[in-house]
Amino acid sequence: MSATENLDPPMPGRLPTSVVEAGMVIGLLAVALVLWEAAVYIFKPAPIILPAPSAIWQEFLLSPGYFLQMSAFTLYTTLAGFGLAVVLGLALAVGIVHSKFIERTVYTLLVALNSVPKVALAPLFVIWMGTGVEPKIAIALMLALFSVVIDAVLGLRSVDPDMVNLARASRASSFDILRKIRFPNALPSIFAGLKVAISFALVGAIVGEFVAGSEGLGFAILTAQGQFDTPRVFVCLMLLGLLGTALFFVVEACERLLLPWHVSQRGGGGSGH
Amino acid sequence: MAYLSISGVRKTYGSPRGPVTALKGIDLEVNEGEFVSILGPSGCGKSTLLKCIAGLEDASAGTIAVDGRALKGPPQNMGIVFQRDVLLDWRTILDNVLITAEFAGLKGPAVRERALALLGRFGLGGFESRHPWELSGGMRQRAAICRALLCDPKLLLMDEPFGALDAMTRDDLNLELARIWQDTRKTVVFVTHGITEAIFLSDRVVMMDRNPGRIVEIIDIDLPRPRHLAVRESAEFGRYVAHVRHLFASLGVLKDDAP
Repeated sequence: MSATENLDPPMPGRLPTSVVEAGMVIGLLAVALVLWEAAVYIFKPAPIILPAPSAIWQEFLLSPGYFLQMSAFTLYTTLAGFGLAVVLGLALAVGIVHSKFIERTVYTLLVALNSVPKVALAPLFVIWMGTGVEPKIAIALMLALFSVVIDAVLGLRSVDPDMVNLARASRASSFDILRKIRFPNALPSIFAGLKVAISFALVGAIVGEFVAGSEGLGFAILTAQGQFDTPRVFVCLMLLGLLGTALFFVVEACERLLLPWHVSQRGGGGSGH
Repeated sequence: MAYLSISGVRKTYGSPRGPVTALKGIDLEVNEGEFVSILGPSGCGKSTLLKCIAGLEDASAGTIAVDGRALKGPPQNMGIVFQRDVLLDWRTILDNVLITAEFAGLKGPAVRERALALLGRFGLGGFESRHPWELSGGMRQRAAICRALLCDPKLLLMDEPFGALDAMTRDDLNLELARIWQDTRKTVVFVTHGITEAIFLSDRVVMMDRNPGRIVEIIDIDLPRPRHLAVRESAEFGRYVAHVRHLFASLGVLKDDAP
């Protein structure tokens, strides 16, 4: 702990750095696309092996409505699975932290289940729920759930015992301790889990569409593959990449919004502990 | 009738190597409005004793009564300060101070006013909307003391509250605490391993030794109040310090450099 009575000056905004970083990433992507385009132009691989970025872009322009509709379906499935995983995962985590019984039963079961390659369960979900949107949401949920629970349990547990002692000494109810101390204290850890979970939810949605379906980017990839329409496969892949990146940054933006107090968000200022 | 009375308290922990006795045969009475320090080397169980008084841990045997009532969990009208400030990073300084009121179900402008007044009194006026990480260790601990005092507790427990601070900040806070006590006459139990600090602040100093944790001597500090830092240079103060040092040296806690 610093002992001086000085205050650090207010931290300057970090926006310029993030703008620079974003610019660098976009630049790097642009260079990669140009190299790719050049390589296709020079080496002329069969379009069925590797189409040029311009060909992929043209493929997208042929039927943007179709691709956007497929993307929207996948987005919906992912968000629904993710949302359910967050609600269910946080509830489970609270239960696990508060009850030894739930910890020994549900938590152990969850860990055991997690060691089964969950993707292998996808066909079973189709048998149970049919070929609509439900099994896809269920698979997304299943893939996302574990990281939500694990990190939330970790966060809820790693509270300073003296913080809890302070609350108990002030005769706080255990609900108040959860609400005002444990939960906010766990938020950084919870968000770490959510960032992993959103990516897993997208994987789950695609897997669900692979196994059985008539909509979504996973389904579009499968049908394009059946017709050896490689440009179309690439369009879907690019959209998936965009979708995954966008979802990740939305979760991160929520984190920045909700946790301006956390060490990772303070941008180097402050004396800290 | 003493405000706080401890009789025959024993505390045993289970450990892989068998039970460990942290406290044994603790008898202590603290009167209302008295400032009592518990002084001892690390491992003498002084913090454990404080946790028992706070109702955060149960004594294995014996009884602790606060205001005539045997303890069953944390007593009412108690404030507590730990060595670490345990301020919540996501709350402003003001909201950190207000949390004890929230736990007690108190809200409204009156509590807010009181919190702001306390902060002002502890030199934190103007810092109420800052976050803990923007403040120095001394300021953070001042905020922690405000938090403990917010609900105007009758009993104030302090567990080495200035142990993590540098000597100058510690002197400052010793003075502020002495002044607050002078004005409010709360019953204070103050755990420390600082001999000077204990003598400067207290009406009585309870000396403890370890293995097992027990009280070895209780001395009355008969220095005039209000006390100023200069009292530490007086001959009387020196005699108290010498007495305490001598006792701890004879117990083998302090190494005497004399042959």
